[in-house]
Amino acid sequence: MTDDKRLSPAPSKTAPILEMKGICKRFPGVLALDNVDFRLYPGKVHALMGENGAGKSTLMKVLAGLHTPDEGTITLSGQKIVIDAPRRAMEYGIAMIHQELNPVLEMTIAENLFLGREFIGPARFIDYRKMNREATKLLDYIGVDINPGKYMRELTVSQMQMVEIAKAVSYNANIIIMDEPTSAITTKEVDRLFEIIRLLKSENKCVIYITHKMDEIFAISDEITVFRDGRYIGTYDTDSINELELIRLMVARDLNEMFPEKTCQVGQVRLKVENLSRKGYFENVSFEVKAGEIFGLAGLIGAGRTEVVESIFGVHPPDSGRVLVDGAPIERYNPKSSIKKRMGLVTEDRKLSGLILPMNILDNIALPSLPQLSTAFGLLKVKQTAKVSTSFMESLRIKAPSHQTLVMNLSGGNQQKVILAKWMATEPSVMIFDEPTRGIDVGAKSEIYKLVVDMAARGVAIVMISSEMKEILGMCDRIMVMRQGSAVAIVERSDATQEGLLLHATGMADKSSPELLAPQAQTLKDASQAELGGRT
Amino acid sequence: MSRPVVAASAIEDGKVPFSWKQFLLKYNILIILLLICVVLSIYTNRFLTQENIINITRQVSINGILAIGMTVVILTGGIDLSVGSLVALSGVVTALLLRDQQMAILAVFPISLFVGLIMGSLNGYFVAYCRAAPFVVTLAMMTAARGLTYVISKGRPISPLPADFLFLGKGNLWIVPIPVIIFLLTFLLGYMLLRYFRIGRYLYAVGGNENAAIVSGINAKKVKLFAYAFSGALCGLAAVILTARVSAGLPQAGQSYELDAIAATVIGGTSLAGGRGRLWGTLVGALLLGVVNNGLDLMEITSFYQQIVKGVIILGAVLMDYKRNS
Repeated sequence: MTDDKRLSPAPSKTAPILEMKGICKRFPGVLALDNVDFRLYPGKVHALMGENGAGKSTLMKVLAGLHTPDEGTITLSGQKIVIDAPRRAMEYGIAMIHQELNPVLEMTIAENLFLGREFIGPARFIDYRKMNREATKLLDYIGVDINPGKYMRELTVSQMQMVEIAKAVSYNANIIIMDEPTSAITTKEVDRLFEIIRLLKSENKCVIYITHKMDEIFAISDEITVFRDGRYIGTYDTDSINELELIRLMVARDLNEMFPEKTCQVGQVRLKVENLSRKGYFENVSFEVKAGEIFGLAGLIGAGRTEVVESIFGVHPPDSGRVLVDGAPIERYNPKSSIKKRMGLVTEDRKLSGLILPMNILDNIALPSLPQLSTAFGLLKVKQTAKVSTSFMESLRIKAPSHQTLVMNLSGGNQQKVILAKWMATEPSVMIFDEPTRGIDVGAKSEIYKLVVDMAARGVAIVMISSEMKEILGMCDRIMVMRQGSAVAIVERSDATQEGLLLHATGMADKSSPELLAPQAQTLKDASQAELGGRT
Repeated sequence: MSRPVVAASAIEDGKVPFSWKQFLLKYNILIILLLICVVLSIYTNRFLTQENIINITRQVSINGILAIGMTVVILTGGIDLSVGSLVALSGVVTALLLRDQQMAILAVFPISLFVGLIMGSLNGYFVAYCRAAPFVVTLAMMTAARGLTYVISKGRPISPLPADFLFLGKGNLWIVPIPVIIFLLTFLLGYMLLRYFRIGRYLYAVGGNENAAIVSGINAKKVKLFAYAFSGALCGLAAVILTARVSAGLPQAGQSYELDAIAATVIGGTSLAGGRGRLWGTLVGALLLGVVNNGLDLMEITSFYQQIVKGVIILGAVLMDYKRNS
């Protein structure tokens, strides 16, 4: 697919205002950006596309001064620059609107807009009158009618988003980065946002636009740059590419040999979920998973997958619906009773909710099994605990000086293995994995895949959330796609294609021709290859 | 070039190579305590006498007991500011019952511990089940319990108390003071609890990462409630010793005891963020504070300076801890 880079080189009408070359960024255990290039022309809206974890946000954080790149150069208007702090990015006229908003809730809109650059009056006091006046001007400019004296906490999320946009505008930035700006706003406000973007464009400013929503890309962008697995794939004129081609570029096509052969027989139903709902998060989700089966949950970030499994496991109890484990309905939703019912949950964020970082490996592995590893009186069976922990340490090949090593000192892959070990020690019959290989290196990934398949072979029913399409397709027997809190499709592995899943996940499936979702992936691929070839 | 190779092979063997630096960092407080003892033995001729050593341990025992409870609370990521007030409250209640109701001497333990336990459980309830900030909850308890103590005692010392009772604070078993025996038994209990009981692992887990603990099936609320109740009960225990030692239930007793208990815990290397710390450290921390006070007394330095020294030690310990963990 390397030829794709030359698929449609954007004509160089003028010199680019910004050029990023050979950017590399490593995080412990992962290469987040691998020799990435990016360039931006004045007066253009440039969309960034790619799957979750493809490197879009990381690259933008480099540009906004939140990450320092390990290698590579940034050139702005022909001059090499170093952006080592967010403040520096602002000085260079680069502003970023983040996906997660972080306003100071206890301050007014005006105070938020001018945070850190308040107007100072003659007596060294803050000039609130001027601040509010300027804020009103700004809000008028972007067409939002809110009193700037209102406190941020009184606003809706979408109003906060608009304030955030006003703030970016107020910096007089030449380059404005918008990271999924429409994830929380209404359709009407999206139209408003697009008007603002066009306004900025007319003033020869650049907007970098990150989104997963295809229709927005085609509605507003001039150019599209695609990333995949931390690598630059190519830059294309929006007019010269269609949705299908774009999706093809986003997903890697080779299912390499990372995934182990799964040969086990599927048994009786172990986990049954009936019409599960949690208000504001997901609605009417039903599925069942059999012994030895790996059931995938696919979808974009925010589709409600994590929330579903958290409700099943009882971290946040559902409002309605039922969960049955081995035929018996769950009566009390909390992790403690779920563990008693032989469920386990490998959470999405191992540092936030997976591990006790300042504890050692032994204690972490033993933690959910302690009721079994202690007497009724609560006295620990020390020898047995150590035996269980060390046996899992060996069988999972957790690399550490000893089982007394604190898990905070382990690499990401080994930390993830500790989490797997702690659940394997409880001998679960239903195991839920939420992004089990996030942020770990390729070697550790394939080891984890093998462990998951081994568990299935021993009759465990497995639910696996992953945002990596490859992983979902390589591992799962059946796949449920979620979008905006609802299950939109359940697909057999043999019928599933990356394109089909992504179309479901982005909501394009309804608009696309039905044959795209059909199992004739091979012919489809050939056809579109020809199409792509024809255009070059 | 050779160093990474050594490290890698050590990992394969499952052994960690010994390093003096690691050793000194791990036992820094103990080493400092021993150094201070050596210096005091050289510069004063009364430090290294049997009488003085016993005196130090007697003085340390109340703070030591409170620091054990404090360590348990701080391990969960909380703090208990009500310790001093709960000592006073338990002490006054016990003294009243002894003086006016002719309560049996040995009943003081269950009664006093019970008073502390109830008040501590209240702390724990508000922290765990109402998600209130530990600092604020225990600050409120500190004020309210002190007030309650004054109400119950009408602001006056409760005395005289039976002579048999006073033995608990002033008596010896052979040459060992009773308070020291109680302290050591409490330490043993706390040590066993943290190391060999399930609840101990749970205390560390909740303090280390509450979310992960909950996902692992731990009832984090119950664990927190336990920590504050335990600390409260130990306040009741310390109250028995204090009341017996001063021969009266004093409503103003125990002022700023919480700060000494926090100091001993922090000097002992327990992280205020929770999840890290050992009871041995707290024992050494309490001893260090006691030895320094005693040493300054022996060197006839006024108590005004003692406070400055104590402040410097606390700061130094925290800075060393920061260095060790970074």
